[in-house]
Amino acid sequence: MDKMPKWADVVLIPLISLILAALLSALVILGIGEDPVAAVKLMVNGALGSTYGWGYTLYYATNFMFTGLAVAVAAHAGLFNIGGEGQAMLGGLGVALVCLLIPWPHWTLALAFAALGAGIFGAAWAAIPAYLQAKRGSHIVITTIMFNFIAAAVLNYVLVNVLRPEGSMDPATERFPQAVHLPSLHELLAPIGINFSKSAPANVSLLVAMGACLFVWLLIWRTPLGYEIRSLGKSEPGARYAGISSVRTVMIAMLISGALAGMMAVNNVMGEAERLVLNATEGAGFIGIAVALMGRNHPFGVFLAAILFGFLYQGGAELALWTSIPRELIVVIQALVILFTGALDNMVRMPLEKIFLAVRRGQN
Amino acid sequence: MTAPAIELKGISKAFGPVQANKDISIRVAPGTIHGIIGENGAGKSTLMSILYGFYKADKGEVFINGKKTEIPDSQAAIAAGIGMVFQHFKLVENFTVLENIVLGAEDSGMLMPSLRRARKELKALEEEYELYVDPDARIDEIGVGAQQRVEILKALYRKAEILILDEPTGVLTPSEADQLFRILDRLRAEGKTIILITHKLREVMEYTDTVSVMRRGQMTATVKTSETSPEHLAELMVGRKVLLRVDKVPAQPGAPILEIENLRVVDEAGVERLKGINLTVRAGEIVGIAGVAGNGQSELLEVLGGMRPGTGSIKLHGTPLPLSGAGSDAKARRGAGIGHVPEDRQREGLIMDFHAWENVAFGYHRDAAYQNGVLMNNAALQADTEAKMEKFDVRPSDPWLAAKNFSGGNQQKIVVAREIERNPDLLLVGQPTRGVDIGAIEFIHQQIVALRDQGKAILLVSVELEEILSLSDRVAVMFDGMIMGERPADQTDEKELGLLMAGVAGEAA
Repeated sequence: MDKMPKWADVVLIPLISLILAALLSALVILGIGEDPVAAVKLMVNGALGSTYGWGYTLYYATNFMFTGLAVAVAAHAGLFNIGGEGQAMLGGLGVALVCLLIPWPHWTLALAFAALGAGIFGAAWAAIPAYLQAKRGSHIVITTIMFNFIAAAVLNYVLVNVLRPEGSMDPATERFPQAVHLPSLHELLAPIGINFSKSAPANVSLLVAMGACLFVWLLIWRTPLGYEIRSLGKSEPGARYAGISSVRTVMIAMLISGALAGMMAVNNVMGEAERLVLNATEGAGFIGIAVALMGRNHPFGVFLAAILFGFLYQGGAELALWTSIPRELIVVIQALVILFTGALDNMVRMPLEKIFLAVRRGQN
Repeated sequence: MTAPAIELKGISKAFGPVQANKDISIRVAPGTIHGIIGENGAGKSTLMSILYGFYKADKGEVFINGKKTEIPDSQAAIAAGIGMVFQHFKLVENFTVLENIVLGAEDSGMLMPSLRRARKELKALEEEYELYVDPDARIDEIGVGAQQRVEILKALYRKAEILILDEPTGVLTPSEADQLFRILDRLRAEGKTIILITHKLREVMEYTDTVSVMRRGQMTATVKTSETSPEHLAELMVGRKVLLRVDKVPAQPGAPILEIENLRVVDEAGVERLKGINLTVRAGEIVGIAGVAGNGQSELLEVLGGMRPGTGSIKLHGTPLPLSGAGSDAKARRGAGIGHVPEDRQREGLIMDFHAWENVAFGYHRDAAYQNGVLMNNAALQADTEAKMEKFDVRPSDPWLAAKNFSGGNQQKIVVAREIERNPDLLLVGQPTRGVDIGAIEFIHQQIVALRDQGKAILLVSVELEEILSLSDRVAVMFDGMIMGERPADQTDEKELGLLMAGVAGEAA
C-alpha cells in the first residue's frame, strides 16, 4: 500500500520544499535589510519578464537538462555520478576539436558531429570510473569526484599548451569558424514572426536537450536495456538471478551518463562562447545533481527542475546586478533550494505521509 | 481460580487502512504453553509487538497476572516480566554469551561486577532448566540452537515469567527443535507461561496446552489442543477445508535430465561451499534436498541457476553446461531450459518496486515475444501478465500493482507462474512456500506436481522437512556441502532424515 497518492509525491513535495526554501531565503534577505518582495519581483522580472530574461533562463536550463539527465540515468542503475562537471569539461574539448579541426559546410552537420564528439569525450571520461566500479569495486562517488579535478587539470594543460592560439595570453581556443555558429532562439523564431531577444544566449541546443529528455525516457522505460538498468539499480542479487551482467550494465549506464553530461558542451561551448575557455561549465555538473534529485530522476521532472534552476540562476544574477544583495547571498539562496528540494526530502515527506494516512483513516 | 498470566481485552490496531488486529481477546493461564497460529499477515506478529511494547494498540487493555498494565515500550514489557525470543535473533555477534546476556541489564557503570553476578546466575539458570551454553564462547562461534538458548537465557536473566517465542523452530534441525521443546517443557513445569507463535501445525498439536487461531486480524477460535485436530486448525486458519498432504500419483521417472558430477563451489570468502556433489534428476520426478539452512543448498541452486561459478560438470539432456565464464550466466541457463524459483523472492525473484507486469518479464525481458523493434512491447507483456494472474489466481489480479504490495503468497505465485509457464525441462525450486499462507502452499504444490506429471524434472530445496517429505519423490540430504545420502521419500521419515541432516552418515543409499 503506497502511503501517498502519486501526485502528492511528484508535485506536492517539491512544491512545499520550494516554498519552505523561499520563506527561509526571504528571512535571510530581511536579515540583511533588503525587501524580499521586491527581490522576488526583480528575480521574476529579470528571468521571466522579457525574452532577454527567458533567453538566459533557457540557456542555463539547457545546461542543467543535460547534466540532470546524466545524473538521472546513472541513478537508475544505482550509481551516483558526481562527475558530470568533469565529463562536461571534456565534452567541451570534444566540441572544440570537432569545430576547429574540420571545415564544416553547414551548422547542422557540425552540430551533429559536435554532439557526437562531446558525447564520446564525456563518455570516455566516465568510462574509467565506471570500469573501476564494475571490475574493481572502487566507489564511483569517490572516483568521479577525483576525475573532476583531473579533468580541470587536463583542460588547463590543453588550453595553455596545445590549443591556445600563438600570441594570445588567454587560456582559451581561438574562435570557432562562422560556419559552425548555432542559430540562437532569435534566429530560429524570427522566421515565424516571434521577436526573441538578439543578445540572449539560448540557442538550438535547447531542442537537442529536449530531444535528450525524450531519448532518456524511451531508454529507461521502453527498452530492454533500460529495464536491465533499472533492475540492477533496484537489486543486484535480482539482476544476477535474471542473468543481467552487472559489469556490462554499469559500463553502459555510465557511458550514457557521461555522454549526456559531455553533450552539455554543445550549448555552452558551441552555442554560447563559440570557443573553449577555462571553467566553461560554471558548476552546471553539480547543479545537475540537484536537478535530478528534484526531478525524481524522471526526464520530465528533470526538464521542469532544469527550468526552475535556470530561473534561479538568471534571477540571481539580476539580483546581484540591481541590488546591494551580495553575490554570495545569491549562492546561499540557490543552496537553500537545493537543500530543501534535494537533501531534506524526508523532512517534508514524513509529515505529509502522516497527514495522508490520517485523512485516509478518517474516511474509513 | 488464579488470575490468567496474560489477558488481552479487545485489542485493536490499524496501520492506515489495514486492520492488523481487530478486537482481540485471549486469556492465557499461568504455567501453560499457549500456541498462536495463523497465516502470514494474520496479525500474530502485530499482536506480540503490542504485548512487547513495540506498537501501541489503538484500543484495548492488557492485564498481567490480573493487573491492568500499560506497555509503552520494551523496557516496560521486561519490567512486567515479559521476555521475547525473536525469529531473527538480536545478539551481538562478536560479543560473548555472557556479554550478550548482560547487555542492557548492567547493574552499574562498571562492567565487571555485572559480569561476575551474571556468571553466577547463569550457572543457576543452566542447572535449573538444562539450558547449557558456554558463557565465554562468542556468539558467531556457536550454533543456531545455542544462540536461541542465549536468547531464552537473556529473557530469564531479566526475570521473565512470560516467554514469547516467534517461529522458534524455523532455523533448527529436528533434534535441536526437540531439545528446545524439552526446555520449554521444563520452563512450564517451573510455572513459566509460554506463548508459541508458529505456523507449524505439528508443533502446536504436540507441545501446546491451548491454541488460538488468527485469521485476517481476528482471533477466530481458542481451543484446548487435546480437543482439536490439525485438519480442524488448518480450516480455522484458512477459512475453508485444506488438503494438508500433497495429492499425487507415484512418480514415473524417465531419462536423466540433470546430471551433476563432482560439483564444487568456492564462495567469495574462499570457503568451499559445495564439496563434490553428485546427483541425477530424472524426467518426471521431484528430487528434494533436505538440510539445515546454510549447508550448501543455496549454493547448489545458485550454481545450477547460473548465479555463481563452480567447477565439476553439469549436464542437461546429456549436454554439458559451462560452469564459469561465457555462457554460464542465468540468461544462458534459461535459454537451455532451466527455470528457477529462487529461495529469496524479495531479493532475487522479484524487483519489489516494479509493477507486476514488469516482474513477469524478469529474466525473460529479452524474449522475442516481449519486443517491438528496439522497444519493449509493454502491451503484450501486460496481456501476458493478466493471463498468468488469471491462471495462477494471483490476487489482486492487477498487473499495475507493485510487487511489494502483494502478499507473500501472491508474490510467490507471480514467480512460480513466470517460471512454470515457460515450460522448463528442469525447474529449480528454492523454499517455494517460505512465508506463504496455507491456501497458496496447496496451490503452489499442485502446480509443481503438475509440471512433474508432464515429464519435467524438478529439484526442490526446502528447510521444511514436512514439505520435502510430502512433495518429493526422492530425498537427498545435504550437510556441510556434501550429500549425506539419498532415500525414496516414501521409505524414510523425519527421524532418519534428521540424523543425516546433523551429519550422521547413514549407510549408502
